[in-house]
Amino acid sequence: MKTCRTHLLLCAGTGCVSNGAFEVMRSLEEEIKRHNLTEEVSIVATGCNGFCERGPTMVVQPDGIFYQRLTVDKVPHLVEEHFLKGRPVKELMYTEAKGRPPVPRMNDIEFFRHQVLIALRNRGRIDPEKIDEYIANDGYAGLARILKEMSPEEVISQIKKSGLRGRGGAGFPTGMKWEFARRSAADLKYIVCNADEGDPGAFMDRSILEADPHSVLEGMLIGAYAIGASRGFIYIREEYPLAVERIKRAIRAAEEYGLLGERIFGAAFDFSLRVVRGAGAFVCGEETALMASIEGKMGRPRPRPPFPAESGLWGCPTNINNVETWSNVPVIILRGADWYSSIGTPSSKGTKVFSVVGKVENTGLVEVPMGITLRKIIFDIGGGIPGGKRFKAVQTGGPSGGCIPENKLDLEVDYEQLAEAGAIMGSGGLIVMDEDTCMVDLARYFLAFLEDESCGKCVPCREGLQRMHEILDDITEGRGTMDHLVLLERLANTVKKASLCALGSTAPNPVLTTLRYFRDEYESHINEGRCPAGVCKALIRFSIDPEACTGCTACRKVCPTDCIAGERKQPHKIDPDRCIKCGACHEVCKFNAVRKT
Amino acid sequence: MMTIKLKIDKQDIEVPEGTTILEAARMLGIRIPTLCHHEALKPYGACRICLVEVRAGTARASTLVASCVFPVRQGLEVTTDSDEIREVRAGLLELLLARCPGSRQIRELAGEFGVHETPYTPRDHLCILCGLCVRVCDEIVGARAIDFSFRGQALDVKPPLLTPAGTCIACGTCTTVCPTEAVKLEEIARVPYGHAVSETHPGERCRVCGTHPTKPEFPANYDDWFPK
Ligand SMILES: Cc1cc2nc3c(=O)[nH]c(=O)nc-3n(C[C@H](O)[C@H](O)[C@H](O)COP(=O)(O)O)c2cc1C
Ligand code: SF4
Ligand code: SF4
Ligand code: SF4
Ligand code: FES
Repeated sequence: MKTCRTHLLLCAGTGCVSNGAFEVMRSLEEEIKRHNLTEEVSIVATGCNGFCERGPTMVVQPDGIFYQRLTVDKVPHLVEEHFLKGRPVKELMYTEAKGRPPVPRMNDIEFFRHQVLIALRNRGRIDPEKIDEYIANDGYAGLARILKEMSPEEVISQIKKSGLRGRGGAGFPTGMKWEFARRSAADLKYIVCNADEGDPGAFMDRSILEADPHSVLEGMLIGAYAIGASRGFIYIREEYPLAVERIKRAIRAAEEYGLLGERIFGAAFDFSLRVVRGAGAFVCGEETALMASIEGKMGRPRPRPPFPAESGLWGCPTNINNVETWSNVPVIILRGADWYSSIGTPSSKGTKVFSVVGKVENTGLVEVPMGITLRKIIFDIGGGIPGGKRFKAVQTGGPSGGCIPENKLDLEVDYEQLAEAGAIMGSGGLIVMDEDTCMVDLARYFLAFLEDESCGKCVPCREGLQRMHEILDDITEGRGTMDHLVLLERLANTVKKASLCALGSTAPNPVLTTLRYFRDEYESHINEGRCPAGVCKALIRFSIDPEACTGCTACRKVCPTDCIAGERKQPHKIDPDRCIKCGACHEVCKFNAVRKT
Repeated sequence: MMTIKLKIDKQDIEVPEGTTILEAARMLGIRIPTLCHHEALKPYGACRICLVEVRAGTARASTLVASCVFPVRQGLEVTTDSDEIREVRAGLLELLLARCPGSRQIRELAGEFGVHETPYTPRDHLCILCGLCVRVCDEIVGARAIDFSFRGQALDVKPPLLTPAGTCIACGTCTTVCPTEAVKLEEIARVPYGHAVSETHPGERCRVCGTHPTKPEFPANYDDWFPK
């Protein structure tokens, strides 16, 4: 790295790139050249720094000024003011709300202030395409240490002591998993990195691979040494082209540096890695389906035991961990198990990356210590609910997670607490919902996703999800009865208990948690034929209040089915038989005369 | 070989390592219902009818596992019949009965668990997608003339890649393993056609016995060919 006065760390994660980060970068380069600043100011394209909502974003170092929502036309002014004249540009800084003063420094922004970065330690700090920058930030030092000083057993005991648990969903203790694989005697063993990330709305794994691919490679190398594996695969979603490119580049660089290949660091340790692109099915993220997919077979789960540690890829002992799990490993080795286990709750150590999406002011990726409350994530980091609306529920753990209501917001997030509330940690998706969400419709939505993604192998999941969907259709379309509720609950439990893999056994979670916390909404649909949130089309009616209607004709003009009649300046009327309940009239009426009931 | 000691329905038994719970239970004469299991085929575990409760060592809670695929473990305590097991099996049979209301076998098994009608809208399948035909054709016959296509609700048994493979030797093995008589062989213009559930495809000369299956005495019922 050349020594410059100022470094511009421009986010080049998928979110910022799609908002024009590369155009901004080009324009920055031109302007910097125009002002003859190339020797003083350098630009680094970093991986995602999490605040995608405000992209493209940039951090100016060493002073830590955070710029957001950059556009090409603002660049000339920015370069001239800040980098030539030394006056940071207020208009491009983050403000918490309109009229509030800008917050210049990244570390003072609420969104960043509460975060603790371990898995994402290098995000927004290094150029992910340069192995030297990773190495300059303690990269591969963990690997060097274990190869020089530690036996595989010692590595495993460190990981066990750290309390690290799998971040891919189930939270299985990582050290224990490694120990099983270590104990399986075989000439050939495999290591797999699960980067399938199929949960809609989750993008932490993509972000890690894009921002810090070497941290994953180093984690895998350490794991390979610990269990005695000589080959590895990174199974990565087809839809992540940038992540695929970065990880491939990282592998090539590591090979050139002798960090992959034979006799790594001169030790008796060989390891080589291949990238396999996923076939696009959600179920391929399940470890046994994933292995079948790598072997070139249909991606369908099989019963366990045998577990991958006994018989995995081509019958060899195999150890599978998630991207985030792997990226935690090097830091644990370097900073010690005691340091790591000092963060978090008694049962869940360290941090977890969450993708916060939905009805929340600051959507994005955050890494927080285990044990933080949901309230803090949603209201302090996430900035609360936009538009002055009321919070209703948060779905944790992706589509097969559970819906947690307001009175449980002070729950301290860890594997056990979430499970107790009927939800799961899953891969760390957090979908925030406001008062306009119908919980029955929501349960139906997630169920429909999982029904579509079911592999169809086992009876409870294939047949059961279909029938649960039918029941929810009946309820949301006004045909529900109280018997339906009993049946729904019974069926949900059958599917949960009997399914072959975790797709099926977790799929009823949204239904079971909404039944547990929002039963009244189901009952309103059934007993009163009413959708309290005004979402279920079959249960809402639009009508015009003749008192309030001024006869402005606005609604008549927007109605796509021409079912509103009325003369100018006379009260209008909706023909309920032809109304398709699109709500256009409701939105357009300035006099609040269109009623939704 | 190592042997494993366990308890099934309070009875002690010692079996070789690698035995499944189902096999061990059968040695004791305990009946566990199955639909997708066949002794000659590899474990599959898809119908879930054979679920039993297991409790390991000191664990207080028991879990449900498919006995046909679950290998015995030292000190395991297995229960093959309980209210919970019956309830889950009944739940599964309600689903299967709704899928295949016309299947005598499913109706009979459902009846055993007190399920005489289904709460869901009936469909009109016969095939329960247990995969026995697909697996026997692959693992035993070696013809691989039928396979699963699609996934989820659309899952179906068809010739591989939806094109008649021309490898079916019309041996009829698939028809004998099918628990619901969903797969049939039929003679069309003196050529036997394997109905792999929803696709029809012509048979070829059997490579093992060399007999051409189109010979006139081609029996209507292949069961006659198997030793009773
Ligand atoms: C339907 C389904 C989808 C899954 N998808 C993923 C995934 O996308 N990424 C992942 O790491 N784990 C996924 N898992 C969990 C994996 O099966 C496995 O537990 C995990 O990769 C183990 O790694 P860990 O111990 O580091 O969490 C999925 C599980 C199921 C049942
Ligand atoms: S639970 Fe669903 S996804 Fe898993 S094996 Fe059964 S059908 Fe397939
Ligand atoms: S009849 Fe054809 S499809 Fe059936 S088992 Fe024999 S070869 Fe396979
Ligand atoms: S046709 Fe018969 S044997 Fe084949 S999958 Fe269907 S039910 Fe099973
Ligand atoms: S017989 Fe065991 S799952 Fe079908």
